[in-house]
Amino acid sequence: MTIVIPTPLRVFTGGKDSLDVAAGTIAGALEELTTVYPDLRKHLFRAEGKMRAFVNIYLNDEDMRYLPEKEATAVKASDTLSIIPSIAGGVA
Amino acid sequence: MRDGGMGELRMSRAVFEAVRAHGEEAYPEECCGALLGRRVEGGWAVEAALRAGNTRTESARNRYGISPLELIGAKREAGRLGVEIAGFYHSHPDHPAQWSRTDLQESHWVGCVYVITAVAEGRATVSNSFLLEGTSEEDKRFEGQRIEVLEG
Ligand SMILES: [Zn+2]
Repeated sequence: MTIVIPTPLRVFTGGKDSLDVAAGTIAGALEELTTVYPDLRKHLFRAEGKMRAFVNIYLNDEDMRYLPEKEATAVKASDTLSIIPSIAGGVA
Repeated sequence: MRDGGMGELRMSRAVFEAVRAHGEEAYPEECCGALLGRRVEGGWAVEAALRAGNTRTESARNRYGISPLELIGAKREAGRLGVEIAGFYHSHPDHPAQWSRTDLQESHWVGCVYVITAVAEGRATVSNSFLLEGTSEEDKRFEGQRIEVLEG
């Protein structure tokens, strides 16, 4: 599957904006990504290993949070996994 | 451009005006969108602005949010144009074009630009650009940039 890396995280991937991985699940794909690019890990996960709250993971057009099996969801070679830090703000 | 001087954000007159017009149309609510462009010395050159819906419908007068799905679309469009997501824009209805504490807390695209346009009584006034600098969530900060509007 293809993992799409957002602009702010490309400094940790040598400028690459995607990575093809052979993984069976979302968790496996993220594990491979952070094995290839270890510096990414702390930007995606908190110290205890949980995904940072502002990091959105989309399997194709589906938010991983709403998939019944979440990170254990099976993936196919033709799938795209997008990492999307949230975009928000507000006055005061 | 990192030796104490301001970096700069370059954008065409058309893109600059499109961002500001969106702020006026959305008034009294906050507008938001994505900026597509390429890295240049000292910052970014923005080539296109893509409008996004404000997901914060319950508090759109003083909050904004962009759906990740719209960002997936913006990324696809950026790829088609051979550019990157350079940053985002939003408006401040009846507030100055300065980032707020909430803006900083909820900004996570380090290395990208955040353009804020003040809209006073429905009219776009000042637009400012801030580069989210730093290396991580812990040391991120906004640095003001000059906006250079390219005519023609
Ligand atoms: Zn704001």
